[in-house]
Amino acid sequence: MNPTDTSKEYGEYVKKKAPNSPILKDCFNAFWVGGLICSIGQLIFFYCKFKGLDQTASSTVVSICLILISVILTSLNIFNKIGKFAGAGSLIPITGFANSIVSPSIEYKSEGYVMGVGAKMFTVAGPVLVYGISASVIIGIIACLFI
Amino acid sequence: MFNCFIVGGVLCVIGQILIDKTKLTPARILVLYVTVGAILGGIGIYQKLIDFAGCGATVPLTGFGANLAKGALEAVKEQGLLGAFIGGVKASAGGIAAAVFFGYLASLIAKPKIKKQ
Amino acid sequence: MKKIGKQTLQLDNKPSILNTAAIVGPKELDGPLAKYFDKCVEDEFWGESSWEKAESKFIKETINTVLGKANISSTDVDYVFAGDLLNQCISSCFGLRDSNIPFFGLFGACSTFVEGLCLGSVFMDSGACNHILCATSSHFCSAEKQFRFPLELGNQRTPTSQWTVTGSGAVILGKNNVGPYITHITPGKIVDLGIKDANNMGAAMAPAALSTLCTHFEDTGRTPDYYDAIITGDLGHLGKDILIDIAKNKGYDIAKNYNDCGVLIFDKKKQDTHSGGSGCACIATVFSGYLYKLMTENKIKKLLLIATGALTNSTTAQQGESIPGIAHAISIEM
Repeated sequence: MNPTDTSKEYGEYVKKKAPNSPILKDCFNAFWVGGLICSIGQLIFFYCKFKGLDQTASSTVVSICLILISVILTSLNIFNKIGKFAGAGSLIPITGFANSIVSPSIEYKSEGYVMGVGAKMFTVAGPVLVYGISASVIIGIIACLFI
Repeated sequence: MFNCFIVGGVLCVIGQILIDKTKLTPARILVLYVTVGAILGGIGIYQKLIDFAGCGATVPLTGFGANLAKGALEAVKEQGLLGAFIGGVKASAGGIAAAVFFGYLASLIAKPKIKKQ
Repeated sequence: MKKIGKQTLQLDNKPSILNTAAIVGPKELDGPLAKYFDKCVEDEFWGESSWEKAESKFIKETINTVLGKANISSTDVDYVFAGDLLNQCISSCFGLRDSNIPFFGLFGACSTFVEGLCLGSVFMDSGACNHILCATSSHFCSAEKQFRFPLELGNQRTPTSQWTVTGSGAVILGKNNVGPYITHITPGKIVDLGIKDANNMGAAMAPAALSTLCTHFEDTGRTPDYYDAIITGDLGHLGKDILIDIAKNKGYDIAKNYNDCGVLIFDKKKQDTHSGGSGCACIATVFSGYLYKLMTENKIKKLLLIATGALTNSTTAQQGESIPGIAHAISIEM
């Protein structure tokens, strides 16, 4: 059989030949880094509660603090190293969302502060807001109609 | 605290498996998480996970989605249809504004740099 | 000059490669070929304010270096063929805007370097030109910005992904009766076997390399043994293995004398470059820095140089198109 005869055969051949991602190692790193980031959030949460903030306000403070940490680490060129190591471990928590806003804003600074920073800031995070907000509106409308 | 670590970790592992197995880009993974979070939040399942794991459930992006949905549902109770449009963003305003504002500040200060590895 | 077989041109006047120059960035400085390059720049911005300006500076300085080495003034160069990966070939255009040399801007993705050499040697063979300059450049940061993600984004690179080489390579062709000479050119066809993974360019380009390789052997009547070395552009580790495999299926055993510039330029283990180097500058710097020196030292007497390119952009990738590949070959002999 000659793998270059058809694109189907070639696709299968390449799939077999290509090295796989080291999934066990990746998952282990993602697990403990992700768990750690959430735990840091939990510590901040406990501190807010201790200071007398309510549940909702404490959650918001947690988000803002983690976003700030992520922004600082991104600016210092450290976040991409954590991301390379942890993969989804730093992507999935709110830190990844913040990183996806900050990284293009730094990168596209050379195209100016309006169309560079201002517009490109949402290249990755824009879709998240579009789908997140749209989903919430749909859920709200459904609730309004049926409940 | 233990629950928080485990649930947060497991949510990240699911994302990692998606990255390695399906070759989805980070943007798609985040969109998927926020949407699933909003749906689970909308039907009330996600709140149970939050009660169990605290920040282990609120810090991952599914929590962001659930928070949007929760905000919309609560606002609908008070303001009806108008609430569907106001509630979600209102509940998540802190996080969104912080990310945008800090992101803008960072672009003023930081310089892009090559990944050494 | 005459056409032999399906695609190959045999050059009668055999333009000689008078000199070459290669300037690379910091990552290539850590690589195994660092000592062969004319200059290694520590700062990927090279004192400029953007990646795009830095890339233009790379190609500009490399051209100045090769002209200086060959002791030729820019007014003595008849035409320049140059290209790069950025939209509308802006690195080459901006790098050459003050040069006052008649300019052909080329796009052949990572195959542009050999595409330029093919066209340049035909111009030389016509007898009307004295000196032709061929140059290409690429920059890791400008390529990532245009094709992939911002540098600061905390994402993981897949095992099949390749690392765009930062740098530029330039060659000056002339009429000297000293080798190495360009004897044959085999421009390639576009080949698409349906690979869609933009992080697996090696697999997307290997069938094109195979097509050009086989056609070159059929047209010239040569076999892989004729050459001391067969070097492809930037198939990387995976693409190299694939090409050896599929060439064997076609009856050509190239395993002995075959290598790839993407494999040569980085140390895969130490530098964590996954499947190896890529970009217009990959084959340009490896040939101009390393292979040309081996040829002038007579360590390689007959070289088949095949540059491969992935003809894609971010729009077609998002529209779900597959990635067509192309490969151009030139035969260089002492």
